[in-house]
Amino acid sequence: MTVNEVTQPLEVSAQEMKKRAGAMKRLLRNPLGLSSVIIMLALVLLGLLEPVLSNHDPLFASLQHINAPAGTDGWLLGGDQFGRDIWARVLTSINVSLISAVIGAGVGLVFGSIFGLIAGYAGGRADAVLSWIFNLLMTFPSLVLVMVLAPVIGSTYQGMMAIFGLFLAPGIFRLVRNLVQGVRNELYVDAARVAGLSTRRILSRHVLYVVRGPVVISTVFLASTAIGVQSGLAFLGFGSTQTPSFGSMTGDAFANIYTEPMQFVWPSLFLALLSGSLILFGNAYRDALAGPQTVAAKKKHRREAPHEAVTRYEPDGAVGGGLLKLRNLRVSYPQPDGSEKNVVEGLSLDIHPGEIVGLVGESGSGKTQTAFSILGLLPKEARVAADEMRLAGDSLIGVSQTQMRKLRGGVISYIPQEPMSNLDPSFTVGSQLMEGLTKAMSKAEAKQTILALLERVGIADPARTFNSYPHQISGGMAQRVLIAGAVASRPKLLIADEPTTALDVTVQAEILDLLRELQGELGMGVLLVTHNFGVVADLCDRVVVMRNGHLVEEGGVREIFHHPSQEYTQELINSILDEDTVRMDPPVVVAAQAGGKE
Amino acid sequence: MFTFILKRLGEGAILIFVVTAITFFLTFGAGIPVAHNILGPSATPEQIASLNADLGLDRPILEQYFSWLGGVLHGDLGHSYFTSEAITSSLIHRLPVTMSVVLVSCIITVIVSVLLGVASAARGGWLDKVLQGIATISYIFPAIVLGVVLVYVFAVTLKWVPAIGFVPIGESFGGWFGSVILPAIVLAIGGIASLAAQVRGTMIDELSKDYIRSLRSRGVTERSILLKHALRNAAGPALTTFSLMFIAMFGSSLFVEKIFALPGFGSFGYMATIQGDLPAMLGVSLFSVGLVVVVNLVVDLANGWLNPKVRVS
Repeated sequence: MTVNEVTQPLEVSAQEMKKRAGAMKRLLRNPLGLSSVIIMLALVLLGLLEPVLSNHDPLFASLQHINAPAGTDGWLLGGDQFGRDIWARVLTSINVSLISAVIGAGVGLVFGSIFGLIAGYAGGRADAVLSWIFNLLMTFPSLVLVMVLAPVIGSTYQGMMAIFGLFLAPGIFRLVRNLVQGVRNELYVDAARVAGLSTRRILSRHVLYVVRGPVVISTVFLASTAIGVQSGLAFLGFGSTQTPSFGSMTGDAFANIYTEPMQFVWPSLFLALLSGSLILFGNAYRDALAGPQTVAAKKKHRREAPHEAVTRYEPDGAVGGGLLKLRNLRVSYPQPDGSEKNVVEGLSLDIHPGEIVGLVGESGSGKTQTAFSILGLLPKEARVAADEMRLAGDSLIGVSQTQMRKLRGGVISYIPQEPMSNLDPSFTVGSQLMEGLTKAMSKAEAKQTILALLERVGIADPARTFNSYPHQISGGMAQRVLIAGAVASRPKLLIADEPTTALDVTVQAEILDLLRELQGELGMGVLLVTHNFGVVADLCDRVVVMRNGHLVEEGGVREIFHHPSQEYTQELINSILDEDTVRMDPPVVVAAQAGGKE
Repeated sequence: MFTFILKRLGEGAILIFVVTAITFFLTFGAGIPVAHNILGPSATPEQIASLNADLGLDRPILEQYFSWLGGVLHGDLGHSYFTSEAITSSLIHRLPVTMSVVLVSCIITVIVSVLLGVASAARGGWLDKVLQGIATISYIFPAIVLGVVLVYVFAVTLKWVPAIGFVPIGESFGGWFGSVILPAIVLAIGGIASLAAQVRGTMIDELSKDYIRSLRSRGVTERSILLKHALRNAAGPALTTFSLMFIAMFGSSLFVEKIFALPGFGSFGYMATIQGDLPAMLGVSLFSVGLVVVVNLVVDLANGWLNPKVRVS
């Protein structure tokens, strides 16, 4: 372990620290955040200054002031039905609510975070036991138990809140446990441990730092829950009648609501201000922690990504006999800072009927983005533009999602890279393959078609696979299933996105053979997206090389293989040759090399 | 699947046992002067001792516990100290009231949450704002304030529904509905806030998964993608949230019953606690935990059924 690697986490922390400090600033700059802080501080101040601000004891009942209107001399908010000063009672209630919040959320916070830290950091058996206990605790009918146990703890609101706090702990426990588990698995804690830091220091320095923000937010919400529950219990009549609280005030006012509805408004208003400022603070703090990007991102957010024509494209004379014609394709994504990130810049491409074209490049070169933009399957925030984009002569520019869907179920289809994640886990293989077909044919016909196709793609027992769920079949079978689904509509253009990358080497060759056979049978044009020149050599007629969103070169496979005009293409070709060299080495040497590396 | 059910039932039994044991020892061990409370301040020590003997309170606490537990296993929760009614039958009488409110509330919550959650996951925009609005309202105004406001507006001012009381469903469906709809709405607002957010979040996660893109590539309609595929996969986590929410609703129904003067569990539990009616308190906690166990079991079974990996194996 080198010194550099150990200091890295400290730099990360410093960055985090800067982010946190920025979060506080952002919070106060956000009007909602600032006003929530001001309201909260004002309420706390009102509660603290209760002895100064009110003229009467909150329990003192004056017969002359029964139902006194607000503004009566010395009775700011008037008197209630027993002649008690509503203003004095509101101020005392603020204190009771705040104490309830501190006790309830405090107990939940302490229990939840201590055990969450232990469970997340220790893992294993301790984690299993603690998680089980807290999961049980979460399912307890907490209010009923607090109610039933109220007499045991002397029916004070503080005692009830302490018990209720225990039931708030599971939320914090899960949060802290998951966060700590995440941090624990991160590299920099390992680095710190190797560097000889004690467990306690690791916890306090790294773990607590990451955990702090989310925990503050949850605690704020728990505090508001505690306030609500305390007022509910007092409304029911739990707790001492000698303790004024928003709950008991609303309870009294509710009994009197037919004659004096305003008596209900005052405690409700202050209660709402108190919980409201807490919630707004929590939300604003969450936004502030998320960083400055959220505001900009929201503004720039786009829901639809229609193919936009930026410049006028040429009249139909230029169509020609091509299956796919792409001119000057550009794909970009709006960035948090308002700029645009271009992932494809001015790509042009032709595919003729029955031709297999390889689209080659390393990851991040824009090849998958190109494929998805032809399919119209880019994420909603993507912006797609092209001078010309035609499939079998029809322009795809400005085509609606409904029209695009018809094309996808028909002339154009897609084979994904990762077969298992591309099948819906909740439905049988057969039912999800049939779905795209049933608009063109009856269910029985669709089933026959799929069964025949499953057999065609080399699945041994088509009927059984048809009725299987995705988790019951292997990766190779899943890819065959997806190929069957892709060719079911007898498409003219098949787009295969790294169709063999996720498969075992032996299965890869079989799948490539299958693709070649199907292409021959159906006479499809194929766009084969890959990073592997071996696959290109095996299957393609022509090849297009991409790098960083730009076209590097294109030409016939032979031509490119033997005379690549660009150095980058040569590098890609070399990388496949290297693989072959390794494969041809005698096994003993490979083993010796592998041993030497360790 | 069978062992799965057995395991859950076993866990449920443990939960019921633990909670009632805790409640029993805390309440009986707290030294609440039951006989004194029943007889009033003027009772002589002899009277108190004789009542304690009648109620069996003079026995060792373990003996009292096992005799109570033995009764429970035979469906006998004992008798109220104050009314001498059998606790079991009192609870069964009050069950329809609380369940009416909670179930109507659950139906509203599920329908609104799924509609709102799915729509805002698919469309976003102003629907997101509606969702946030409901969540904020439910946090800012506790159930009691919302309940009183609804009573004041719809029952007192507009007179659309009666302000208080419960009409059994067998008597008049309209009357029953009118008597439970307002309390159910109060409970549903809190439920919708958490469930709709959950549905929205999971739907957004599901919609960004690979299989959705593959379905789209085969020309499957947006409606089917949203309502059949994504919703089906999002249902599991939503159900789990629902079970937690159900427990919270059952708890809040205690507050709401008081506002609407409904003779349900809440008022029974309240009276039991205020009077120190130990058998009634135990009955309420036993019954609540039992309800939680049943709901969790049903949700677990539904989750198992939804997930082919559990169902098929």
